[in-house]
Amino acid sequence: MTVDRARELFGSVAGVTVTAGIASVVAQVAPEHWEGAARFAKDTLGCAFFSFLTAIDWKADGLEIVAWVDNLDANLSIQLRTKLGAGQIACASLTGVYRGADWMERECYDMFGVQFAGHPGLRRILLADDWEGHPLLKSYAVDTPHPPYR
Amino acid sequence: MPEVRALDYHGSERLTMNMGPQHPSAHGVFRAILTLEGETVVGVDAVIGYLHRCHEKLAETLAYVQYPSIASKTDYVAAMSSELAYVMAAEKIGQFEVPKRAQYLRVLMGELQRIASHCLWLGTWCMDMGGALGGGATIFLYCIRERELVLDLFESLVGARLLYGFHQVGGVRYDLPEGWTTQCRSTVDLIEQRLGEYEAMLEDNPFFTMRTKGVGIVSKELAQDIGISGPLLRGSGINFDLRRNQPYSSYEDFQFRVPVETDGDCHARYRVRMVEFRESIKIIRQILDGLPEGPISSRPGVKSLAQVKVPKGEAYARVEGPRGEVGCYLVADGTNKPYRMKWRGASFSNLAVLPHILPGCSVADVVAIMGSVDPVFGEVDR
Amino acid sequence: MTAFTSLPAAVQALIMGSAVLGAVVGILAYVTLLERKFAARLQSRIGPYRVGPHGLLQPIADGVKLLLKEHIEPATADRPVFNLAPVVFLIPCLLMFGLIPFAPGIGVADLDTGVLFFLAVASMEIVGLFMAGWGSNNKYALLSVMRAVNQIISYDLPFLFAALVPVMLAGSLRMSDIAVAQQGLWFIAYPVLGQLAFIAFILTAVAAENRAPFDILEAESELVAGFRVEYSGMKFAIIQLAEYAHVLGASFLGALLFLGAWSGPGPIWLGPLWFLIKALFVFLLLTWVRWSFVRIRVDQILRVSWKLMLPASLLLLLTTAAVIVWRTPHA
Repeated sequence: MTVDRARELFGSVAGVTVTAGIASVVAQVAPEHWEGAARFAKDTLGCAFFSFLTAIDWKADGLEIVAWVDNLDANLSIQLRTKLGAGQIACASLTGVYRGADWMERECYDMFGVQFAGHPGLRRILLADDWEGHPLLKSYAVDTPHPPYR
Repeated sequence: MPEVRALDYHGSERLTMNMGPQHPSAHGVFRAILTLEGETVVGVDAVIGYLHRCHEKLAETLAYVQYPSIASKTDYVAAMSSELAYVMAAEKIGQFEVPKRAQYLRVLMGELQRIASHCLWLGTWCMDMGGALGGGATIFLYCIRERELVLDLFESLVGARLLYGFHQVGGVRYDLPEGWTTQCRSTVDLIEQRLGEYEAMLEDNPFFTMRTKGVGIVSKELAQDIGISGPLLRGSGINFDLRRNQPYSSYEDFQFRVPVETDGDCHARYRVRMVEFRESIKIIRQILDGLPEGPISSRPGVKSLAQVKVPKGEAYARVEGPRGEVGCYLVADGTNKPYRMKWRGASFSNLAVLPHILPGCSVADVVAIMGSVDPVFGEVDR
Repeated sequence: MTAFTSLPAAVQALIMGSAVLGAVVGILAYVTLLERKFAARLQSRIGPYRVGPHGLLQPIADGVKLLLKEHIEPATADRPVFNLAPVVFLIPCLLMFGLIPFAPGIGVADLDTGVLFFLAVASMEIVGLFMAGWGSNNKYALLSVMRAVNQIISYDLPFLFAALVPVMLAGSLRMSDIAVAQQGLWFIAYPVLGQLAFIAFILTAVAAENRAPFDILEAESELVAGFRVEYSGMKFAIIQLAEYAHVLGASFLGALLFLGAWSGPGPIWLGPLWFLIKALFVFLLLTWVRWSFVRIRVDQILRVSWKLMLPASLLLLLTTAAVIVWRTPHA
């Protein structure tokens, strides 16, 4: 599985646009094909190693979910990106494809408020359960006052 | 109270026991809500976040010249690798040159840090298994004694023992003082000799092998699916080391072996780390023999906050830390502060494997497994 | 001596008993210091050093500190059980010392069934242990004592069998008889059987005393002090004292059964001193093992006991019997 072969195969998947970028293969995926693209990366392209999943808040443009997976044997890295759209917070969950997405998606929910459909137990992971707000959103000020904790 | 999920109680035989957050072997602040049936763990709910300081939000408010000293507080036991990931990401985006001497110094510090971190791992793991008032404490004190020698080296170089501010965008901040290389050589020789003693104390010890062989087996498939890295990945049979597969900072100039064990249990992970000790010593000797002259940074010393501006772009820099893949995903927007920084902590992904391997073990095994996973909660919670 | 023996027997027993008790408690305090210094040397450090010259006043400082500490009692603990447990734990551990003859004629009670009674009393500590774990109303304590009861019961049997080998060699359960029978040759020097029995004794003693590597009772790294977790202040001090008393008692038994008790060069009144030195030697053996090995899991401990130690010690006992019968000339 070489880089060129991977780009060729991936480009032919519905909803995926292969662009240039910081990984061997950078794929811009439409939100409805998110899980399908990840499954393709794992099954066909052999990327079984799940590195991380996170989100970027582009303010007016909305959230973008970024995931990074690797094929360790072929030394191939794939960056999967999907733009959720302005004001949208729903995204498909990758826990059915990669078990490591479990905690990563919980953190994404905790920090950005993204609702992952199909996640077995989406609850806060780093912050306390009664925390209000999602800190990493650009609309959340750094000095947001919060009640002192016992 | 976090809701306990997917646990069904059949009758009154199940005991819910809380391990942590204050617990001698929690390795920091970690709460595991164990459901026990007798001595066997049948369910585990891992609660983290006690050390959450939101580094990712903090990085958006700090300039590129300010953050490296803070980056060391994520994996505070291996501060050098943490800082390196951040500055490498910034350098990748801005295409900043790093002089050869600086690259070699970075590798040197990274490998010394690996030795110090593994010393702490071995000591605390044996202490978890042997008790603070027992045989474990003996090995703990020996390992700490060795770690102190390495920390002395860091202190004479940087001025700090645990959290350095050694890296900067474009190179490093400090150069080796007089006599440092001689001290380094003698320290490394001493550690290599003492390593033999620890192996002798543990390898042939049937108590140790009883506690670690066959305990906490992580299959190859599970390892990759979760995304665990470092000695855990190599202990499960996957031959992947960022230093060799995706070399950074001149690692391709050095000869070293990457240990791989196939068993996937605690003993395999222990063997991997013990070999890594020796390989780090080999790399250090190669560096000391061939350290080039030259500048230690391609950028001048820090004088103002606006000094380093990284152009628009993004990068993901990965470093092979002692615990695994430490990564920094940086999105820059042309100013002197990042737009978004995601810290991929090795221990966060490593710890995520616990709910999958703990059910079925006994309580004593939980402790042995946690020690062999070697989490540092600065990295888990950030 | 004649002034002493002319007193009524009850008063004699009282004086002897108090003297032994006082001496034992004093020795126990300093045995803790000995252990700490020994452990420190093993770990390339010094141990208690500041309190008094070379830390010699450390046990006194510890005792005073524990006396002054607050008695914390969990609100949901079972009060009578919780409060009585340290005492119930302490009594058998100190009672053991009443059965040991420190020199010919000196000792509180030298019973005909000495060794058996000693071992029976020693295993009664389990009751106090369980009371402590149960009364604390704490899951860690409960888990730890359940393991402990399991372990102590499993190891008391091979302990008994290993202790019975010198009894068979001496031909009597009476402790002073066993000591006298070693005048010529210490039982540890008895070819093969003596050494094997001593090794078996030490191994099972380590387990029956809850010393590492078999110290799952306390297992700080898992169970945070186990059954002692809710105790503080003087109750904790009593539990500590009882534990060390138990270990020291087993060491005295070992010295008596295998190392010749009070026999040693010099006049007969140096006998108790030699006895103490031998007991401390056995104690240091147990301590050395404690500070060198990691702990093993409880199911592995029990497996070693039932599948290895019990058959082995039983076999040793039967072999000893066979050897004795073979070597005794028939009348």
